[in-house]
Amino acid sequence: MFEVKVYVSLKEGVLDPQGAAVQNSLHHLGYEGVEEVRIGKVMTLQIQGSREKVETEVKDMCEKLLANTVIEDYRYEIEEVVSQ
Amino acid sequence: MKFAVIVFPGSNCDIDMYHAVKDELGAEVSYVWHHETSLEGFDGILLPGGFSYGDYLRSGAIARFSPIMDAVIKAAEEGKPVLGVCNGFQVLLEAGLLPGAMRRNENLKFICRSVELVVENNETIFSEGYKKDEEIKIPVAHGEGNYYCDPVTLEALTENNQIVFKYKENINGSVERIAGIVNKEGNVLGMMPHPERAVDELLGSKDGLTLFKSILSHWRERNAITS
Repeated sequence: MFEVKVYVSLKEGVLDPQGAAVQNSLHHLGYEGVEEVRIGKVMTLQIQGSREKVETEVKDMCEKLLANTVIEDYRYEIEEVVSQ
Repeated sequence: MKFAVIVFPGSNCDIDMYHAVKDELGAEVSYVWHHETSLEGFDGILLPGGFSYGDYLRSGAIARFSPIMDAVIKAAEEGKPVLGVCNGFQVLLEAGLLPGAMRRNENLKFICRSVELVVENNETIFSEGYKKDEEIKIPVAHGEGNYYCDPVTLEALTENNQIVFKYKENINGSVERIAGIVNKEGNVLGMMPHPERAVDELLGSKDGLTLFKSILSHWRERNAITS
């Protein structure tokens, strides 16, 4: 069993209005050093199968559904989970 | 001419779309549930607005893989008119039938009001009833209508005259104030404003009806029906 964490965020250069609003709010709180905030998503998946198969599948899932590669980048971490 | 209104779980403009076509345009129309796999017998496909699958993950991302979407893509490839409004537009983008993607509105607000559009291209099957540069009034209702495409795509859209409608004033941050685009072939239109909500003076405008009339009259011409 593998635990996969998929991180999806807007591509660099694509304006993130949510991030900009949060950055503004942080400035109001006095954190003036904050130069940029980008908001993204984390998805955690539990997948059965060989490491090789999981790797291929996760890449496929990202390309097809989990990220919209027109505006988003993705990366993932795969970790084997040993059942107790 | 027979239209199909595709119904996804979470569609909420399907009834307005049906009403516009049946009662105001006077054409045949049926609802088609997203689990269906065929659009045989339909001449025009309408993807209504709403919040398919609750907008989970991204607007339109999950609906794009509904069983009916293979038939929608097939109909588009066959050259049938396909219109996606609001969430329907987002589904067409996710499906790759139109280029680009939607971001949250730049002011992060859900914008729900009537807006002025400029007809940029009146030489499509959807817009031939308008005059070039005509200003029309059609409502919008969206939180994610901030259209984005990269500079190369924008250049292609402009060069091929694929930008059909622009907002007269910037309302949501869209690149080039884009409100609606067609594919290269000209038979797939996606637009954020709701023409089906502007089909009677009682609703504040009937400028949207012209769009449906354009589709119908084009179809009749092509099929040599003179009624």
